[in-house]
Amino acid sequence: MDAQNIIARRIAQELSPGMLVNLGIGIPTLVANFLPKGMHVFFQSENGLIGTGPIPEEGMAHPALTDAGGHPVAALPGASTFDSAMSFGLIRGGHLDLTVLGGLQVDQTGRLANWMIPNKMVPGMGGAMDLVSGAKRVIVAMQHTAKGVSKLVKNCTLPVTSVRPIDLLVTELAVIGFPNARATLIETAPGISAAQVLAVTDAELVAPTHIPEMRQ
Amino acid sequence: MKTISLEQAVGLIPDGASLMIGGFMGVGTPERIVDEIVRQRKKDLTVIANDTAVPGVGIGKLVRAKLLRSAVVSHIGLNAETQKQMMSGELDVQLVPQGTLIERIRAAGFGLGGILTPTGVGTIAERDKRHVELNGKTYLLEPALAADFALVHAFLADYLGNLSYALTARNFNPIIAMAGAKVIGDADNIVPIGVIAPDHVMTPAPVVDYLVMNA
Repeated sequence: MDAQNIIARRIAQELSPGMLVNLGIGIPTLVANFLPKGMHVFFQSENGLIGTGPIPEEGMAHPALTDAGGHPVAALPGASTFDSAMSFGLIRGGHLDLTVLGGLQVDQTGRLANWMIPNKMVPGMGGAMDLVSGAKRVIVAMQHTAKGVSKLVKNCTLPVTSVRPIDLLVTELAVIGFPNARATLIETAPGISAAQVLAVTDAELVAPTHIPEMRQ
Repeated sequence: MKTISLEQAVGLIPDGASLMIGGFMGVGTPERIVDEIVRQRKKDLTVIANDTAVPGVGIGKLVRAKLLRSAVVSHIGLNAETQKQMMSGELDVQLVPQGTLIERIRAAGFGLGGILTPTGVGTIAERDKRHVELNGKTYLLEPALAADFALVHAFLADYLGNLSYALTARNFNPIIAMAGAKVIGDADNIVPIGVIAPDHVMTPAPVVDYLVMNA
């Protein structure tokens, strides 16, 4: 299994029945593929849909039924649609149980940078700042390194998305929590030791003596 | 509410006007109004919208035709032409968090001076914004945002101008319909009064100034 799917599969373990969940683009989208069989979760698209379903069969797409990237989706039985004020009321107002987002950097206190690289990539924050500020729980799905450089850093050098710390970081190597604003190893991937994780991590990472294997 | 031809509707818009335009990645954008703006070559426009779609689609057509002076949007990541014009200084782009943008518009349409939001505190989005402490929490004071025109796309409009939207094409449309000094509605289907049940009217007729006639 590749890094992205290892991350997505682990994050799916954090879902529970009846949750309202918003998945960002990239690795987070893959989380829906690992939803435990028979479990019902409400997936929100911030363009105004709860009950986002899979890509429709060929010839069945509707131009007015899309995900936040503008791609055709289906709506599951029990779906609802609404305007953007309602959509962000759900996000900011404490109604969203979980958001899963991609990341460019996470610092050792749990702050996330995921929306711009100055002078290089300025896509706009879209809904990311609202999601991190407002969701009850924030999980970041991110590869541990990019071109050999740790993405879990001492201090974010990129502009942060919010000062609200994330709750959990899942990489292909480890699961990391942030109790007392300190990055802490919670699980390591099968066959990966804590020492191996520490070796490729720039941030100060607390490593307890016993670290269980990544759940799957 | 007046019914009006497409050409007349766009003829109301002067160069330099500010336009709120419905749509999310082009879904729910009044495409034929955008096409007519391009045809009539309205210039120096300010667009307030969620995004600039992708090149050549929806608001992306206005970007491509270089009719915009400024854009107040939450996302331009899927339109390289917007990014290019921003980098070169041709187009002034103000990036606003999506939830803040829609609430600023809602505030204007609902008669409020602005809103307090926790979104953006401690980030570069707080630049030049006043902080307000309330009940132990820090918020940014974000001013209401209105426009000269709201260009609204609906699924159904009745002869009075009551509007109803379809699925995810609703997005910014019913909110901007409250915040434009003049509201121009465009619908996929114009239907007799009564076809839209009162419970299903999402924008009440009195806020719609003009309804664009079928071609």
